[in-house]
Amino acid sequence: MNPVAWISGLGRRVIAGIGRLGRATLFLARLMPALGAALARGRLVVQQIYMTGVLTLVIVVVSGAFVGMILALQGYNTLVRYDAQSSLGLLVALSLTRELGPVLTALLFAGRAGSALTAEIGLMKATEQLDGMEMMAVDPLPRVVAPRFWAGWIAVPLLAMIFSAVGIIGAYLVAVGDLGLDGGVFWSQMQSGVSVSNDIMGGLVKSVVFGFVVSWIAVFEGYDAKPTSEGVSRATTRTVVSSSLAILGLDFIMTAFMLRGL
Amino acid sequence: MDRPKSAEPLVTVRDLAFARDSRAIFQDLNLTVARGSVTAIIGGSGTGKTTLLSLIGGRLAPARGTVEVAGEVVGGLPRKQLFALRKRMGMLFQSSALLTDLDVFENVAFPMREHTRLPEALIHHLVLMKLEMVGLRGARDLFPAELSGGMSRRVALARAIALDPMMVMYDEPFAGLDPISMGVVVKLIRELNDALDMTSIVVTHDVAETCTIADYVYLLGSGRVIAEGTPADMKKTDAPEVRQFMGGLPDGPVAFHYPAQPYLDDLMTANRS
Ligand SMILES: Nc1ncnc2c1ncn2[C@@H]1O[C@H](COP(=O)(O)OP(=O)(O)O)[C@@H](O)[C@H]1O
Ligand SMILES: [Mg+2]
Repeated sequence: MNPVAWISGLGRRVIAGIGRLGRATLFLARLMPALGAALARGRLVVQQIYMTGVLTLVIVVVSGAFVGMILALQGYNTLVRYDAQSSLGLLVALSLTRELGPVLTALLFAGRAGSALTAEIGLMKATEQLDGMEMMAVDPLPRVVAPRFWAGWIAVPLLAMIFSAVGIIGAYLVAVGDLGLDGGVFWSQMQSGVSVSNDIMGGLVKSVVFGFVVSWIAVFEGYDAKPTSEGVSRATTRTVVSSSLAILGLDFIMTAFMLRGL
Repeated sequence: MDRPKSAEPLVTVRDLAFARDSRAIFQDLNLTVARGSVTAIIGGSGTGKTTLLSLIGGRLAPARGTVEVAGEVVGGLPRKQLFALRKRMGMLFQSSALLTDLDVFENVAFPMREHTRLPEALIHHLVLMKLEMVGLRGARDLFPAELSGGMSRRVALARAIALDPMMVMYDEPFAGLDPISMGVVVKLIRELNDALDMTSIVVTHDVAETCTIADYVYLLGSGRVIAEGTPADMKKTDAPEVRQFMGGLPDGPVAFHYPAQPYLDDLMTANRS
């Protein structure tokens, strides 16, 4: 293959990607004033939180339980070599609250609710519903886009907390029921070892950032979609891919800062 | 039905030019819509009928010329004034554009909820009134997906008149309807126009249906008005373009072929690029 063509193709892709990021940022700037207006009509936001929450809750609970149980099995297997299995509760709690809860929840949310948000807004565009609103003198940004953005942003941290809580319960069941650890030790190690200000807040900050980014990508892709069925399906795929990459990339950056204490 | 054309105009399009991707859609388009009339704008697919409605509704801005609605020049209006003007215009989209996550009742209530602070009891009354006018009071709990094409168009019509607008624009209101639904919609357009004291602009390619209710007809072709008059005038005229359209002839002054290089040259050219 011709290396010059390859390099110029690469350059084109990078430029297109940066252009897209710029468009998304301009869109966010336009969305900002609409966010306040949408908050004034809390009912719409609550409705959307309910819809996206319901979409994602079951999958978050089931995944959380399994991840917790797997962590217990794997963690025990390692800790027992150093005769440190009494720290299993602490290990599980730290892994979940600091890392796995926020990250896996955001990934699950992007795949389940984020893609649905994109498809919904894209289809509203394709079926002239957004144009129709404009003609009825209703701005779709505060009416349609902003409530969905808020809902995603708020739902992700809540779901991440549920994920971690369910995961810890799952780990407890395996540790006490299957591996024969002492329940009191499991909890007390966790209680003395997990710091609210560092571990819990750190995880919360992460999931707030992820919620913002995933919701932003999802509503932008939907609003920017070509108004055809093919355009909407492409936009949906892009939401999942871009969100997943953004979540993992941002997680690395935030973890690096947090572990060094800024 | 023969309203004089000198009646005060509600919409005036003057020397309008508009292009899309350097392809001219309109050049020197002039037309007026008299207050209180049902004005039909007839043209083949792709002549820019939908585009014209978007220009009147201020969703697109003209490249040259002006569009005036109720004394305001639409193209340059700031968003706030444009929205104020749009509250007084209803629009029926080709695809109905009903909100799929709301039922029929809430779709009709939507503009009222967005733009007024009427108490719930009053909204309830108003919505039922509008639905009664289009004969769909009994369908209030259905969702758009459960409606037939004719029904969703009637719901969209009820929604378009929700705020008692001064004018309603219809984008191909008869397309894809069975003869009965079509008759219903035809009759509704005229009746609502007169009962609610509105002005109606009907954009369509269904000549026969439109001529039964229109006060005045414009025939669009190649970016401008090629004929105009009352439906009776249009039937009498000898102009070949008009005869072609009114008679539904496939070829004539309005070409059947999309512009292309000569057929033989095209066949002889091996390379597609
Ligand atoms: N969004 C658009 N971008 C580019 N061209 C368009 C767009 N919408 C319509 N057109 C073109 O403009 C012309 C007029 O379109 P339209 O107003 O939809 O015609 P009509 O409603 O009379 O069928 C068509 O040739 C169409 O291809
Ligand atoms: Mg059209």
